[in-house]
Amino acid sequence: MYAYDEIDRTLVNERVSEFRDQVQRRLSGELTEDEFKMLRLQNGVYLQLHAYMFRVAIPYGTLATNQLRALAHVARKYDRGYGHFTTRQNIQFNWIKLSDLPDALADLAEVGIHAMQTSGNNMRNVTSDQWAGVAPGEIEDPRIWSELIRQHTTLHPEFSFLPRKFKIAITASDHDRAAIKVHDIGLRLIKNEKGETGFEVLVGGGLGRTPFIGKTIKHFVHGRDLLSYIEAILRVYNQYGRRDNIYKARIKILVHELGIEKFSREVEEEWQHLRNSSLQIDDEVIEDIRSRFIYPTYEKLPHMPDELRQAAADPEFEAWRKNSVAPHKVQGYSIVTISLKPIGAPPGDATADQMDALADLADKYSFGEIRVGHEQNLALPHVAKRDLPALWKALDKLGLATPNVNLITDIIACPGLDYCSLANARSIPIAQELTRRFANHELANLIGRLHINISGCINACGHHHVGHIGILGVEKNGEEVYQITIGGRADENAALGNLIGPGVKFDEVADVVEDIVEAYLALRERPEELFVETVKRLGVEPFKERVYATR
Amino acid sequence: MTSPLQQKIKIAGPSIVTANRTWDGIVVYRTADKGWSAELADAAIVRNSDEAKALLAEAVADDVGAIGPYIAPVELGDDGAIKPGNLREQIRKAGVTIELPAQG
Repeated sequence: MYAYDEIDRTLVNERVSEFRDQVQRRLSGELTEDEFKMLRLQNGVYLQLHAYMFRVAIPYGTLATNQLRALAHVARKYDRGYGHFTTRQNIQFNWIKLSDLPDALADLAEVGIHAMQTSGNNMRNVTSDQWAGVAPGEIEDPRIWSELIRQHTTLHPEFSFLPRKFKIAITASDHDRAAIKVHDIGLRLIKNEKGETGFEVLVGGGLGRTPFIGKTIKHFVHGRDLLSYIEAILRVYNQYGRRDNIYKARIKILVHELGIEKFSREVEEEWQHLRNSSLQIDDEVIEDIRSRFIYPTYEKLPHMPDELRQAAADPEFEAWRKNSVAPHKVQGYSIVTISLKPIGAPPGDATADQMDALADLADKYSFGEIRVGHEQNLALPHVAKRDLPALWKALDKLGLATPNVNLITDIIACPGLDYCSLANARSIPIAQELTRRFANHELANLIGRLHINISGCINACGHHHVGHIGILGVEKNGEEVYQITIGGRADENAALGNLIGPGVKFDEVADVVEDIVEAYLALRERPEELFVETVKRLGVEPFKERVYATR
Repeated sequence: MTSPLQQKIKIAGPSIVTANRTWDGIVVYRTADKGWSAELADAAIVRNSDEAKALLAEAVADDVGAIGPYIAPVELGDDGAIKPGNLREQIRKAGVTIELPAQG
């Protein structure tokens, strides 16, 4: 956990007072909506179809139990008793009243939570690997650097009026769980030959209307130069990024139009003015941030405790353990992913009761810490293996032990037309139907790792471009139509999916996915060949043929 | 962003003006007596572009009452009942098409 200091607390509290005054002036008519819109967006407040939506930041996906309880409290007191975890380590409340928002923000501020950097054309919440600090083989905890960037960019005037929103993600593991290649800036923490910490910097990734995989702009930027290099990128973007056309305003368009070589030269030139400035980071600054991340005092525990050996006789426990429990860097401990994808439920939703109960379980079994991943699931990062059977029983009672992590029913979906004012088609009902079709755990296991991502419009909040199977809802002649892509992925081998053919109607989507999966099962060379690998080997044609032969 | 009043207004059939109420964000409809109602049945119906433009102008002027007003199509039943003219408006009127999580 990161312990905030007095500066952080003052900043968050002052922000609440400022917003309370702004809301009051809006409600009295002193501020028009045109004047107020940017102010509310800078505090995470959107207007959706039925109500205001309030997006709260969970920086680098790390939550303390008192913070999770505060989120439950907001859900219960000001909303409808649940929250929705998003694909960028935020949580959204869908039914909040503008008049209640200052009080909700004040309640969250008491535990150091805020809504800064969750919307608007500024630097957004810096995201990271939800297993940061505990993943075996990780080079070092990337959250130290996420926090550094968060501190530097929060309310920074130079980054508050960018051409468009700007997203950074950091990973420090070989396996990329933070989707860095589809971010405006992706950072891969590495060491140089001297053993010094630095970053491979990628730029210009992103999804939405014009998807691009990020390109490496520099193979190694020393840790001490990270802020100056990021600032150089942002200065070039601020100078040349388009403000005349919202659809061409993201940095990915600039990088694409200039070309990575020219863009890189511009950044390099800018960086020469900045790198030896006050932006150069002293080791002391990093050590100060590092010292405020509080790590558990782990016990010396056996690799295979008796409790785990005995529980292995229960097939339901074993199914969950094999699916949802991952190795930890410390012997005797595990990382437990908590699926927020029960069969037939909206992906990523958790009720206030579930959040409270989960906070209790995290206190009991995970040193009071919870993580939020971009796949819209949660994790308990420090669970002793001896506690796994008891934890599983408790999670099962809460409806939080569905053993489907990374399987076909672990679907990423945006809120879609049920909630979102930008959407053209519904996402959640499609996800619900697909989870029912593939509810059989043996079938899901037989299929293996397969990510379905669903977006209800071209803005791609469900990251459909990088789904192994991507589903994009559009509107055609007043009807919802869904375009289906296959072969996308969001990891270290990130790729954009390819369209398999004409769009299909709402009622046909689940049938089409079934056809694609059946084709895969027939075409794969061996059970270990993942769906995306089969698609890479064979291309879309055999799948296209299967789907459209009878349609 | 272009003001809704600067956009070309062309309607193909009976329409209404809808927005979200400022203080709580709920869906509201512009009424004939220059107010807002949460009931679609209370909405003022416009049938041509001039009527639509006038109703929208009046709604836009009430910036404290509701935000983001726009013209939306409706269908009129034989009994005069007003029904949403597309899926988006149907969802705005009736709510989400999924079951909400139990209150917790």
